[in-house]
Amino acid sequence: MNRAKKSLFLSIFIWGSGQFFVCKQRVKGLMFFAIQCLFIGIELATGYWMEYFMGMFNQFEVRLHGGFFTKGVWGLLTLGEVPGAKTGDHSMLLMISGIITMIILGIITMIYIWNIKDAHQSGKYIEDNKEYLSTKKYFKKLYSQKFPYIVISPVVVLILFVSIMPMIFSVLTAFTNYTRGNLPPAHLVDWVGLSNFGKLFKVPIWSKTFFSVLSWTLVWTVCSTLSCFFFGMLQALILNSDHIKFKKVFRTIQILPWVMPNLVCLLVFRNILNGQFGPLNQFLLDAGIISQRIGFLSDPNIAKITVIVVNLWLGFGSSMLMISGVLSNLDPSLYEAARTDGATKFQEFRFITFPMIMRVTMPLLVMSFAHNFNNFGAVFFLTKGGPANPKYQIAGDTDILISWIYKLTLDNSMFSMAAVMSILIFVVVGTIAFFNFRNTSAFKEV
Amino acid sequence: MAKFKKHFISFLLYLELIIVCLIVIIPIIWIVTSSFNNSSGLASATLIPEKWTLNNYVKLFQGTNYGLWFKNTLMIAVTNALVSVTVIVITAWVLSRFNFRGKKTGLMTLLLLSMFPSFLSMTAIYVLFLTFGLLNKPIALVIIYSAGAIPYNVWLVKGYLDGVSKSLDEAAYIDGCTRFKAFFRVTLPLSMPIVTYVIVTQFMAPWMDYILPNLLLSKDSNRTLAVGLVALINEAESTQFTTFAAGAVLIALPISVLFIVFQKYLVKGISAGANKE
Repeated sequence: MNRAKKSLFLSIFIWGSGQFFVCKQRVKGLMFFAIQCLFIGIELATGYWMEYFMGMFNQFEVRLHGGFFTKGVWGLLTLGEVPGAKTGDHSMLLMISGIITMIILGIITMIYIWNIKDAHQSGKYIEDNKEYLSTKKYFKKLYSQKFPYIVISPVVVLILFVSIMPMIFSVLTAFTNYTRGNLPPAHLVDWVGLSNFGKLFKVPIWSKTFFSVLSWTLVWTVCSTLSCFFFGMLQALILNSDHIKFKKVFRTIQILPWVMPNLVCLLVFRNILNGQFGPLNQFLLDAGIISQRIGFLSDPNIAKITVIVVNLWLGFGSSMLMISGVLSNLDPSLYEAARTDGATKFQEFRFITFPMIMRVTMPLLVMSFAHNFNNFGAVFFLTKGGPANPKYQIAGDTDILISWIYKLTLDNSMFSMAAVMSILIFVVVGTIAFFNFRNTSAFKEV
Repeated sequence: MAKFKKHFISFLLYLELIIVCLIVIIPIIWIVTSSFNNSSGLASATLIPEKWTLNNYVKLFQGTNYGLWFKNTLMIAVTNALVSVTVIVITAWVLSRFNFRGKKTGLMTLLLLSMFPSFLSMTAIYVLFLTFGLLNKPIALVIIYSAGAIPYNVWLVKGYLDGVSKSLDEAAYIDGCTRFKAFFRVTLPLSMPIVTYVIVTQFMAPWMDYILPNLLLSKDSNRTLAVGLVALINEAESTQFTTFAAGAVLIALPISVLFIVFQKYLVKGISAGANKE
């Protein structure tokens, strides 16, 4: 048996032993072995395996006696077996530690595979080069060859635990009955397969609310994005025209909404538009324009218009800035050529300015569709999604999907249905963004 | 006639601009003057106060934890800007300059992750924080903010770095620079615009974020400004209005100044995300 195979064979059973005995890389071998000891040690120390093998009890139950890893996997599969706050299982905690266990197991498996591969390669290196490679030299080589992986690995760990783990959790929640009336630790949560998705389409109150909220979300997305874009374009064009002086003054005032924190503006508008005490109603009453206060935020249809108009106030500044940038970069010779050909102002706009603006800002426009689809703040801080609609399942007339999800989870603990909706949103927004990104330069150079 | 037409068009354009400017500026003036208004209710908060006062600002610092909220938010913002920019720029640099197996998959995963709104996974984050005893520690929010900022910003910065010439790096290597040295001496100075963009946006994010701090910081003295402000207006909407106004002005002022100072970088940064070939 040659060195490579011998080393490989040893390392399959005892990590690092191939490197240690066959390849004389003592430190590296010990490091792999230490990781194996750590892995087994954690499992033994957190469980009751020793007691079991010593015969202190007969029936080994994972729930009671399992170590960190076995119990983690068991928890993820069963979500607990005994309800109750003190001695029972908390299904959701079990699920989270199960996910964490799976991630750690994944990392350990990768180290194991690295160990095996390395054992084989180290053996082969000695066969080929007729010399031993010291651990120090090995790590130097590793650093220069695997530099990108080494630098990025802390980031990967951070993302794994802070972004991916919670994401997996919320996706998995969609397949459980984790909801009001069935909350742990008093109750056990169970896997229910696709029934939540079925509920969304079959149970009338859910499907009615879902499709009403969805259609308003779509109307809102299109109206808010396009209104900001085209009004911003109009203002940019006016500011760009030769008729106007004091451009800087007008420009500075108009970007104020973009400059001010959105949250503050929205809260201010909530007060301005207040149905009882708001100054706008008062002003209109005093001026004799209306005889009765308008429910800007309390009438279902007016509230919808209000949300879009306030968002226009907030949002036109950024597209104005963006389009001003495009306009200042336009080639003047194009316009000269057009004028020699006798083009009217409108034709210049129609055939030169507009296509140029669209070409540059199209990806941004698509991104702002995606942004507005999930524009939680614009709705929630202004109307809180209200006025509440009794025909809906915990949603108001101006609620968009994301603010509805917020209400379902934080105010009403209906986690599983909220998770179903989250998945649907993710699919929609993800698809749009993916196709949009596919055309950008950053993407092509991957 | 032609001259008349020209004047008429100018007149219309000026009229439009003035109306828009008025609509934009009146709410802003109103909130500023309200913050100096002597009466406290919303109903009496007229555009021009009958009596001017600084009492609302005094009340804000004596009657509420505004000072603490400001301190918490500033601390989170500064830490977040520093941590995020370090992590993001180094990751983007590795992705831009080196080729390695799994890079494409990694970038794809990042792209997909950036599409998942971070607050949809807040239940898990809550439990995670609970388990590690991080609840009610404002600074711990930085972990989530920086991890949440990685996906989109790494793409953005990578796109920018791809445009910075690689021949300069190679020259530095030939001169005997290590990879990190070449990065800090050559690539980083050339990418200051996008680095500035990341720092400024990451600094500003915590000032306006509501959902996460609201969930993770429950004690009043641990709150951030956004949460405190919303609480202030929810508790006594119509009676404490002018105090809220003072609070709103005090947040809006520094953020607005930052925006105006860094305007150039911010506009470029937003457009850079969609740089079309």
